Amino acid sequence: MTDLAQLVPYGEALSRYEPVIGLETHVELGTATKMFCGCPTTFGLEPNSAVCPVCLGLPGSLPVANRAAIEFTIRIGLALNCSIASWCRFARKNYFYPDMPKDFQISQYDEPLCTDGWLDVEVDGRAFRVGIERVHLEEDTGKSLHMGGATGRIHGADYSLVDYNRAGIPLVEVVTKPVAGTGVLAPEAARAYVTELRDLLRCLGVSDVRMEEGSLRCDVNTSLAPRDAADWGTRTETKNVNSLRSVERAVRFEIARQAAVLDAGQKVVQETRHFHEDSGSTTGGRSKEEAQDYRYFPEPDLVPVAPARDWVEQIRASLPELPAARRARLQADWGLSGAEMTHLSNAGAVDLVSATVEAGASPAEARKWWLGELARRANESGAELSQLAITPAHVARVSVMVRAGTLNDQLARQVLEGVLAGEGDPDAVAEARGLAIVSDEGALAEAVDAAIAANPDVAAKVRDGKTAAAGALVGAVMKATRGRADAARARELILERLS
Amino acid sequence: MAADGAGMASELTRLTAAEIAAAVAAGDVSAVEVAQAHLDRIVAVEPDVRAFLHVAGIGALAAAEDVDRKRAAGEPLGPLAGVPLALKDVMTTTDMPTTCGSKILEGWRPPYDATVTRRLRDAGVVILGKTNMDEFAMGSSTENSAYGPSHNPWDLTRIPGGSSGGSSAAVAAYEAPLGVGTDTGGSIRQPAAVCGIVGMKPTYGGSSRYGLVAFASSLDTPGPLARTVLDAALLHEVMSGHDPRDSTSVDAPIPPVVAAARHAGVSGLRVGVVTEFSGGGSQSGVRARFTEAVELLESLGAKVVEVSCPHFSYALPAYYLIAPSECSSNLARFDAMRYGLRAGDDGTRSADEVMSLTREAGFGAEVKRRIMLGTYALSSGYYDAYYGKAQQVRTLITRDFDAAFEQVDVLVSPTTPTTAFPIGERADDPMAMYLADLFTIPSDLAGNAAISVPCGLAPEDGLPVGLQIMAPALADDRCYRVAAAVEAALQERWGGPLLAQARELGEQAGDGR
Repeated sequence: MTDLAQLVPYGEALSRYEPVIGLETHVELGTATKMFCGCPTTFGLEPNSAVCPVCLGLPGSLPVANRAAIEFTIRIGLALNCSIASWCRFARKNYFYPDMPKDFQISQYDEPLCTDGWLDVEVDGRAFRVGIERVHLEEDTGKSLHMGGATGRIHGADYSLVDYNRAGIPLVEVVTKPVAGTGVLAPEAARAYVTELRDLLRCLGVSDVRMEEGSLRCDVNTSLAPRDAADWGTRTETKNVNSLRSVERAVRFEIARQAAVLDAGQKVVQETRHFHEDSGSTTGGRSKEEAQDYRYFPEPDLVPVAPARDWVEQIRASLPELPAARRARLQADWGLSGAEMTHLSNAGAVDLVSATVEAGASPAEARKWWLGELARRANESGAELSQLAITPAHVARVSVMVRAGTLNDQLARQVLEGVLAGEGDPDAVAEARGLAIVSDEGALAEAVDAAIAANPDVAAKVRDGKTAAAGALVGAVMKATRGRADAARARELILERLS
Repeated sequence: MAADGAGMASELTRLTAAEIAAAVAAGDVSAVEVAQAHLDRIVAVEPDVRAFLHVAGIGALAAAEDVDRKRAAGEPLGPLAGVPLALKDVMTTTDMPTTCGSKILEGWRPPYDATVTRRLRDAGVVILGKTNMDEFAMGSSTENSAYGPSHNPWDLTRIPGGSSGGSSAAVAAYEAPLGVGTDTGGSIRQPAAVCGIVGMKPTYGGSSRYGLVAFASSLDTPGPLARTVLDAALLHEVMSGHDPRDSTSVDAPIPPVVAAARHAGVSGLRVGVVTEFSGGGSQSGVRARFTEAVELLESLGAKVVEVSCPHFSYALPAYYLIAPSECSSNLARFDAMRYGLRAGDDGTRSADEVMSLTREAGFGAEVKRRIMLGTYALSSGYYDAYYGKAQQVRTLITRDFDAAFEQVDVLVSPTTPTTAFPIGERADDPMAMYLADLFTIPSDLAGNAAISVPCGLAPEDGLPVGLQIMAPALADDRCYRVAAAVEAALQERWGGPLLAQARELGEQAGDGR
C-alpha cells in the first residue's frame, strides 16, 4: 500500500506539476443477444444459464457477428463525431485466463470501427474538448469470483468460481486522446467526461450504463510533468474505478502520489494500478515492462465489417437529439443561466426536471423540488436522484397541489416524505396523513379568535397599527392547525378583527 | 480377408454409395443389412487397419432402422439414405466422443452436432463411427494420433496418409463406402492419393466449419472421400452449402458437382500442367503415372499447356507460418478449465499450474511444435517478418492461380511427391513429413477447389498414385468433370477400379506390423 503520508497535498502538487489524463471506458451494449451468438444479455440470471457452445468457446464452435452491436457502435461513433471505417476487421487478443472461454478475446486492434472524434464537457464554466482516439467493439469475458483469501483477487484465493453469462456480451471501448490543459480541474474534468459520455450513451439507447452493475467501467490514465517540461510524464493506468465519484478521486489520488514520487527525484513507473473504493487510494499492479504480448492477429473466423455508406447515413439521420443540444434548448426554454443549467446537469437532474415539466409543473417548481428537498434526501441516503422512489409525475402533482392552494410548502415536504416512504402517490399520502390546508372558514376563524385571545399583548400592538406583529399571531394559528391553515387567509382574518 | 462365405453380406461392402442408395430406396436391401455388413467388415479388418477410434454399432443400426422405417412408411428418403459413412473424429457428434486424435480431448462428448454431422444425419447417412487422424489434423500419416497410427490397406506396413488417414483407410478397406475428411494443407487429397481413392477439397467456405474442431481457421475445409468420383460428388452435395453459423461460409448455391460427375468430359477443356510441380522432386513412378495421365487427358480432347506458378515454391514455408499461427490461438482453449483432460489438479496447485501440466501431458510433440512455431510467428517484433510476410506470399499464390486460370480451365499435378511411405520412416523428421503436402498446399492457401483421383500404381512399389486437379474457387464442378473422365478412361484401361488390384487384407497376414 502507498504510504498516505507520502502524498503531496493536491493544491501544492498542481502548483508545480501539470497533469495529463486519459480515459478508457468499457460499455456493455444493451443488445438483446450476445456479440457472437444468440444467448440473452440479461443481467442477474442464474450463473452459467445464458450460455451456448459459442460463448463457452467449445471446440468447433464459431462466432457470427451481431449486426445490432455493430449498429450501436456506429451510433456511438457518430455521436462522438468520429469517422466510421468503411472496412475493418476483428482481431484476436491472445492471453490465458480461466474466465475467457477461448483463451483469446475477439476484439479490434489496428482497425477500429470508429476513430478520431471528440466530446465537449464543461467544468466550472470552462469548456474542454476531449479528443476521442477510437471506439471499438469486442466481447466481454466471463466473471470470476475468487473465494477465500484476503483480497478477493485470484492470488491467495482458496478456489474460484466462474460465471460465463457475461462472456460474449458486446462491449464497446471508448478511448480518449490524452487530455492536457485541465490543470487543477483534471479530476473534475475526468468526472465530467464520464458523466457526459454516460448521458450520451443513455440518450442513444445503446446501453443501460449502470456503473454499479458493471455495464459502464472506467480505466483512468494519469501522468504528471513539471510545469516547464516539454514532454508529458509517464502515465499510470488505474483500473476498478466503478463510480463517477471514484473517477474524480482516482485522478486526485494519482496526482498527489505521482507528485510525491517526482518530488523525491524518482521515476513514475508505467504500470496498471488498482483503485480502492474504501480508502480512495491506488496500489501498484503489473508493470508494463512485464506486460503480456497479446499476439494480435486478424480473426480468421469472421469476415471483415464493411458498413455501407448509406447505412451509416441512415444511422446518422436517426440519431436522437444529443444531451448537449438538448441542454442548450432546455436552458433557453426554461430561462436559466449557464451556471444554473450546469448545476442541474451535474446533479443528474436534467431528465427528471424535464419529465416533471412535461407532467405539468413549471420549470421553476420542478427545479425547486429536485434541487432542494429531493437533492437533500438523496444526499442523506447516498443515492442518485434518479434512484429515489419518486417519479417526475409525483413531483409535478405536488407542484400543482401547491399552486392550487391545497398544500403549502411545509405540507408539500411532508407529502414528498410520504411518497418516498412508499405510502402511495401524493394524493393518497395527503389523504392518509390528513395533509391539506384548512379552508373551512369557521374552523379557521375559531383558530384566529383563539390565537388573539391567547396573545393579548400582540393583539394590542396590531390594534395600535403595528401590523408586522400579526406574524406572531399567524404563527400561533399555524401551530394550532399543525401547519394546515392557509397562512395568507389567516393573516387577513386577524387584521379584519383587530382593525 | 476375402469374401469368405459371408456371401451377399460381404458383397454389400463392395457396392458404391450410389448403388447402395439406389438399392435401399428400391427396397432391394434394407439399410440395416447394409449397416450390419459394414459393421461385420469393421470387426473383421480393424485389427489390421485401425481406421476407427470409435465404432458406433448401436447408433449406426438405429439410424439404419430409421431409414428402413421411413421407407416402409413411404416418407421421402435423403439422397444417401442408408449409406454408411466413416466420420473424421474432428467433427463434433452428440452421440459419440470427439477426440481429434488427442489425449487432451479423450472421452469428450460434445453437446452439439457439427453442421456437417447434422446434414449427414438429415440425409439418412448411417454414421458408423469416428475415424483416426493426426492429432488436431496436424500431420500426413496418422502417426501423430495419440491413439496410434492407422494402416494403409494396400500395404499394412505403410501409412494411409493424413491427417484424414482413418477415413481414407476405412474407405479403401471397404469398411465404409464414404468418408468425411478435412483438408488444411492436403489432409483429404494426400490420404486419398496414397490409399488409391477419390478425395475432394471443396472451395474454402463451400462446406461449413461449424463443429469442425479448428486447426487453422482460414484453411480448414471439410470434404468427401469415396471410392468413385460420383460417390464423392453425392457426398459433397449432401454435406456442403451455406451455413449461417459459419461467417466464412459461402452464401451461394452448391456448384453442380453431381451433374458434373455424371457428365464427364474434357473435350476442348484447357488443362494446365504446373511447371513447378511436374519436374524433379517426385518419385519416378509418380512422375511416370502423372505424365501418362496428362497424355490421357490430351487423348480425350483436352488442350494441355504448361503454366508457371512462380510463387508456388514459397507455399510450404508460408503455410508453416500461417497454419501454426492460427493453431497457436485456436488450441489455447484446451486449458483444463471446462472440458477434456485435467492433469495435476491435486488441490494444491494454481489454475496456471494445472493449465501448464495439462497442456504438457495432453498435447503430442507435433502439436506442441506447431503451437510454439505459431506463438513465435505472432510475437510482437516478429509478426511482420513471419505472419505478415506469409500472408503476403499467400496473396501472391492466389494471384498465380488467378493468372493461371485466365489461361486454362483446370491445373493438374501429382497429388503427392511419393507413394505411401513406411510407417516410422519420417516420424522423427518433421521436414520430410511436411514435404508430403508440397503439391496440395497452394490450393489451401488460395482457397480454391482441388480433387485427387487415382491414376495408377507406381511401378517400383506397386502403390497408388493420385492425380490432382485444381479449379478456381466455386468451380468445384470442374474438378469432378475432369476426374470422372480420367476415372472412366483409366478403369476401362485397367478393366475395373484401381482398388481391385489391391491385395485382399487377409493375404497380407505376416506382412509384419
